[in-house]
Amino acid sequence: MNLGRFAFIVATIAILMLLTIAAAGGSLSPTLVAVSMLATTLQVATPLTLGALSGVFCERAGVVNIAIEGMMLTAAFFGFIFSLYTHSIIIGIIVAVLIGGLLGLFHAVLSVTFHTDQIISGTVINIMAVGITGYLNRQLFFEGNVPHAPGVTPTIHIPLIADIPVIGKIFELQPIAISAIVLVFVTDFVLFHTTWGLRTRSVGEHPRAADTVGISVYFMRYMNVIIGGMIAGLGGAYFTLESVPSFEPMMTNGRGFIALAAMIFGNWTPLGSWAAALLFGAAQALQINAQYFGLPIPSQFVGMLPYLLTMVALTGIVGHTIPPASDGIPYEK
Amino acid sequence: MAEQTVNDQEGQDSDQQKESLPSQLLQEIAIPILAVFTALVLGAIVIYAAGGNPILAFQGLAEGAFGSKQALSETLVWSSPYIFAGLAVALAFKGGLFNIGAEGQLAAGAIVGAWVGYALPGVLGVNIPTPLHIFLELGLGSLAGFIWGAIPGWLKAKTGGHEVINTIMMNYIALLLSSFLLNGPMKDRSPYNVIAQTPEITASARIPRIFAGYRLHWGVVLALLMAILVWWLLWKTTVGFEIRSVGSNPNASRYAGINITWIMVLTMGLSGLLAGLAGAVEVAGLNYYHTFSFNVGYGFDSIAVALLGKNHPLGVVLAALLFGAMRNGATRMQFLTQVPVDIISVIQALILLFVAADAIVRWVYHVKAPREELVLTRGWGH
Repeated sequence: MNLGRFAFIVATIAILMLLTIAAAGGSLSPTLVAVSMLATTLQVATPLTLGALSGVFCERAGVVNIAIEGMMLTAAFFGFIFSLYTHSIIIGIIVAVLIGGLLGLFHAVLSVTFHTDQIISGTVINIMAVGITGYLNRQLFFEGNVPHAPGVTPTIHIPLIADIPVIGKIFELQPIAISAIVLVFVTDFVLFHTTWGLRTRSVGEHPRAADTVGISVYFMRYMNVIIGGMIAGLGGAYFTLESVPSFEPMMTNGRGFIALAAMIFGNWTPLGSWAAALLFGAAQALQINAQYFGLPIPSQFVGMLPYLLTMVALTGIVGHTIPPASDGIPYEK
Repeated sequence: MAEQTVNDQEGQDSDQQKESLPSQLLQEIAIPILAVFTALVLGAIVIYAAGGNPILAFQGLAEGAFGSKQALSETLVWSSPYIFAGLAVALAFKGGLFNIGAEGQLAAGAIVGAWVGYALPGVLGVNIPTPLHIFLELGLGSLAGFIWGAIPGWLKAKTGGHEVINTIMMNYIALLLSSFLLNGPMKDRSPYNVIAQTPEITASARIPRIFAGYRLHWGVVLALLMAILVWWLLWKTTVGFEIRSVGSNPNASRYAGINITWIMVLTMGLSGLLAGLAGAVEVAGLNYYHTFSFNVGYGFDSIAVALLGKNHPLGVVLAALLFGAMRNGATRMQFLTQVPVDIISVIQALILLFVAADAIVRWVYHVKAPREELVLTRGWGH
């Protein structure tokens, strides 16, 4: 990752933390505020991290995935519904991942097989997600008799790390948040240290050449988009099974698009995307903590921070980014 | 016709040379019509699967949309924002830009329009005569939309920041800004109001209605005029030619000496202007105040309207009428059959799917492929 961009991320997170500490005034100890801020950052960065990883898989294989938002929303809904009726959070999470994979398959059919414009087919998924979840949600509400939600995933106390005094609290995370961090490193390993990764990158950079040496471009693109969909599905599960035990229409609130920006800002690398996701997460954590500590700025303006930071990040003033060479271009045999 | 000289790869040149204008036209509209048809069939299956009666539902839908003079007037009223916003997205597409930001631009237009409508006379300390007041209201509202659209256009031209993400970010910023203004400085302070909405605009700022007793207002006529204006701009002016040429080949346009930066900013600005006008007209002609929930959904729906209308102003108007009719009829449908109005969103998304992925429709109905592929977007801009 570009050093300037890394410095930008670290500096911005530091400024956001100082702001919160200053806002909290003398009423709370700075360490406490900082620890709480970092813990919130790691939590709220979870769907951003997973969304960005989803994008990395798809786009490294040459398929633009602007549908992360819709995949997360649909997965959040179906995961939640299944957890309601089976009374099992685990089944909910599995369903969410499968729904994500299914939408990934759908995106692949449209963009790989039918050569549909990938940004349009992604938009189709996003719009359909809003329509279908809204429709079914209302239908359910009409019918009444909805069972109680089984709650959210428990906090996992990791031995040793969580026992570190003061900062140990930061790492008291829930399972999806932990798997997001693990997946960052897994994705990095898979993409850059395995044959699968080499093939994935080759169909994203130069599909014709990959085809010539016997790599099936369609198969690699299909598989990676499905994997990307499943990861987005896990990100969706965060909203209804880890963050709050309920579903609201359009609850993903643009996180899928911010995740996409994190992926671009992270230059299509897993580690870079994670760093960017943490940056946007910190901006969101400031918003949450601002309400908590009573920051004297209207919450709406603090709420704009992640979106504004995304726009700044995309200008490229903090380092230019290069997409995979064949990203977004349908391959015709 | 230039299209006819394009080589056909499957050796059907002789067939196509003979094709008459009506059959060409039929081919053009075949896909949108088949797409709508397929979407309705699938929508019926969804309704049936969810335990509803699709025939009764569609009956209610048609009755609610066309069943009476009142229903017709309401359908036109519902169509008006779709016409403006659909034209906005179509214009951007013609310039090679994907504007997903109609939602935010619409909100910007509505907020500014509402402020001009209720506050400007007080601020200036004079009574503004009706025509001037409406002109200022719509003018400044659409200017707000212009600015809200031009920013992502400028960012795209200058920095390469993709307009798809930036317009979406601008949507959320517009939403939060609206929330701040409607809950704070612009909130109606009258004692009986509890929700986040502006005061009512003054009588001088209201677009008159066409017939007494019906909500149909002259803003709908303005929408139709705008469709003609957009057609004239795109196909009869130099600027329009430049917009279309940047849209179909930016590199060639650059070599031809067209100022790409300016054209991109202008395209997105004009697109935002049309969307802003949608918002301002809704306030001035229909609601007479602005509140949070008025514009939700138009941004995304307008993409479907533009694509269904094949990015042509006439097509956009027809598609907007269809969408307006569905939205209007949906309320009656829900009342009669308890099928939630949200089914309309599902059907609209399916229409968008089949129009965008026309390969599916061609495959199902064995319709020939077009001679010329329309390039809509270009990945991350390369």
